[in-house]
Amino acid sequence: MTTEAIQERLKPIVKPYVNNQENFNNLTSESNFIEDLEINSANLVDIVLDVEDEFDIRIENDDMEKMINVEATVNVIQKKLANK
Amino acid sequence: MMKRKRVVITGMGVVAPNATGLPQFEDAIKAGKSGIKFHQELKDLKFSCQVGGVPKIPQELLDKNFTALEQRGLLATGLIYGGIAGQEAWTDAKLSIKHELDTDSGIIFGTGVLGVEKLREAFNRIDDKQVRRLGSTSVLQTMASGISAFLGGRLGCGNQVTSNSSACSTGTEALLMGFERIQFGKAKRMLVGSCSDSGPYVWGGFDALRILPHQHNATPESASQPLSAAAAGFVPSSGAGALVLEDLESALERDAHIYAEVLGGHVNAGGQRENGSMTAPNSTAVKSCISQALLDAGVNSEEIDLINGHLTATAMDSTEIENWSQALGLSGKEFPYINSLKSHIGHALAAAGSIELVSSVLELSRGFIFPNINCDTIHPEVLKLIDEDKIPRRLVEKKLNLLAKASFGFGDVNACVILKSYDK
Repeated sequence: MTTEAIQERLKPIVKPYVNNQENFNNLTSESNFIEDLEINSANLVDIVLDVEDEFDIRIENDDMEKMINVEATVNVIQKKLANK
Repeated sequence: MMKRKRVVITGMGVVAPNATGLPQFEDAIKAGKSGIKFHQELKDLKFSCQVGGVPKIPQELLDKNFTALEQRGLLATGLIYGGIAGQEAWTDAKLSIKHELDTDSGIIFGTGVLGVEKLREAFNRIDDKQVRRLGSTSVLQTMASGISAFLGGRLGCGNQVTSNSSACSTGTEALLMGFERIQFGKAKRMLVGSCSDSGPYVWGGFDALRILPHQHNATPESASQPLSAAAAGFVPSSGAGALVLEDLESALERDAHIYAEVLGGHVNAGGQRENGSMTAPNSTAVKSCISQALLDAGVNSEEIDLINGHLTATAMDSTEIENWSQALGLSGKEFPYINSLKSHIGHALAAAGSIELVSSVLELSRGFIFPNINCDTIHPEVLKLIDEDKIPRRLVEKKLNLLAKASFGFGDVNACVILKSYDK
């Protein structure tokens, strides 16, 4: 799956947890979940669970720790999809 | 000794099986509207008692009080009821939600057990080796203080924020704890209340104790019969009540509407001694609790116009009347009016005290006595002690000055509060 395609599917997953709508509207691959989108850190585990369901993959703790921005998250998803 | 502050009630919220929201609740209790229904789920689970009280929560109300995100995976019904009632009380008191921390305001919001449905989901996931999939809200929804934590964050309270737990006296105890905190100048206002989850996982233990009625599964609205000769056990129920207590000076300063004044009260326990046990109250302690409450409030028993009883619809009802009668030193026609909201909504367990306090404050501030329903034939033991006219079966419009409210809980714990109407 292309980076763009994954990013498009990631957006609606992240949306309900976002507290900075303006930065979400101008989302880039560098957008940081906590700093830019102001997502509550506790909700990162919910995003990971939603990503698992959407892409039918399993994300372990060490991969989860990397998922701090859009680009890193897309990379983790891509790697998991490739290993399926 | 420093002069104690006067404490008044400036806001209320309620989620009850017969009505949700303060104006609707006032109409319902005046009309003697039952909130008890048959629940197929209880029948399917082979409960003896298949009736209960469950508040109706329209989606619109849920949306007003919880964000879409907070509603995801939200299974803790007590948190839903308490979250709605707490926010309604705050809004009713015309208190704003500020961005800055409010160190003058605190919360004491109790419960028995919170989020049993969520716990069940968590147990199943954990046993399935899926602990990693519990999500982020499992703790909030299942810790006892989840309700005060939720409201504390919503309202930005920076004073004491906690949850008390003393079974069926939880709500009345919460009010007295908040009252004392303001009396002694430690807070300007306290949101107090309690909530209780609904459903089989909360009610099952009581069904197992065989203390719920099994005779009224086909006639749910007449199942809860406090003070009645036919009383066969309490009807399990749920919901939440909330009250904003405020330092009188602070209330006057911001020109708040004052519903009533909290004059005093008392909390004690019977130690499961004498005739007390885990499930039955020690009468000596009950009477002492009532007497000490009057003393704390500085009022004489003859001044009490109305008692909002604990009166659950068990064999203990006549014992409760006897205790009131002896503690007040009043009987027959001298006894105050008495009513039990449990005839309308059943026994809301940890939420009972606070919902019943909301009904009591409405009676005081609006001048009425809601009718006792389902007691056409009053228990003969009760009639030996007090006059039949003191148990109104129809709405009475009447100016009231002083009201006593008591709650007695599992574990032999008691709480009694004295409320006074407030005249400018």
